[in-house]
Amino acid sequence: MLDLIELGLFITLLVVGFFAGSIVEKRHYASIRKREREYADVLAYAVRFPPDRVTPQRAFLVHGTVVISSDYFKTFVAGLRNLFGGRVRTYETLMERARREAMLRLKHHARSQGAKLVICVRFETTTISTGWAASIEVFAFGTALIPDHNTALSFPSRSVAAA
Amino acid sequence: MLVSNLELVPGRRILAHYGIVQGSTVRAKHVGKDIFAGLKNIVGGELKGYTELMQEARQEAVERMIAEAQSMGANAILNVRFATTSIAAGAAEILAYGSAVQLDGA
Repeated sequence: MLDLIELGLFITLLVVGFFAGSIVEKRHYASIRKREREYADVLAYAVRFPPDRVTPQRAFLVHGTVVISSDYFKTFVAGLRNLFGGRVRTYETLMERARREAMLRLKHHARSQGAKLVICVRFETTTISTGWAASIEVFAFGTALIPDHNTALSFPSRSVAAA
Repeated sequence: MLVSNLELVPGRRILAHYGIVQGSTVRAKHVGKDIFAGLKNIVGGELKGYTELMQEARQEAVERMIAEAQSMGANAILNVRFATTSIAAGAAEILAYGSAVQLDGA
């Protein structure tokens, strides 16, 4: 009897996880796509050096972070995958959502400070917890640059070169 | 204080190096947040409480790093990196480190 209840609970959680999880994921992807179009004017690159090294620029650190959790169904499928190996598609979408979300938050941070260019973008991923409560954190950071033409006056030789 | 993960800032020269500066903080998970996160694990999605926790922790680590650089007389920290280490289940250290330097110009 107790085993039957346990099995019932497991199947219920699996079904709830599958349906609620797909809805959450679909909504998240829709929101990501919408905001990616909105933030298309903020450029983010992984390059270490700025394209223009002559013009003085105001530089500051910008970042975006998100902690995202797997759902019951995804975790179950990943557990099955562990037996045979191969691609774990349910986790691939989870990681992709987290990275794109962190990137969007980084761009939001940059634009809120008036920057349109972020360079030296790096990602850090941390496992918050594993097992049935699998969740990960993705942290994106980079340097926002704003051309600062006022400071150019204090570098006479450079402003001549820029002119 | 200029904080950046670039190795040099366009248009500005490095006048002096003060060496590495760092700031860190160790944070533990909140039981209440953990119970909520446990429920969230069924349906999936963002764990906002944890996002805030991580953000606050990084902020604190960066502030401590800045305080160390200021005590040295630096006006910028370049090449900033972050690292996260789990110490035990439910507790993690967040570290921020970089090079304290003196840049020319204001």
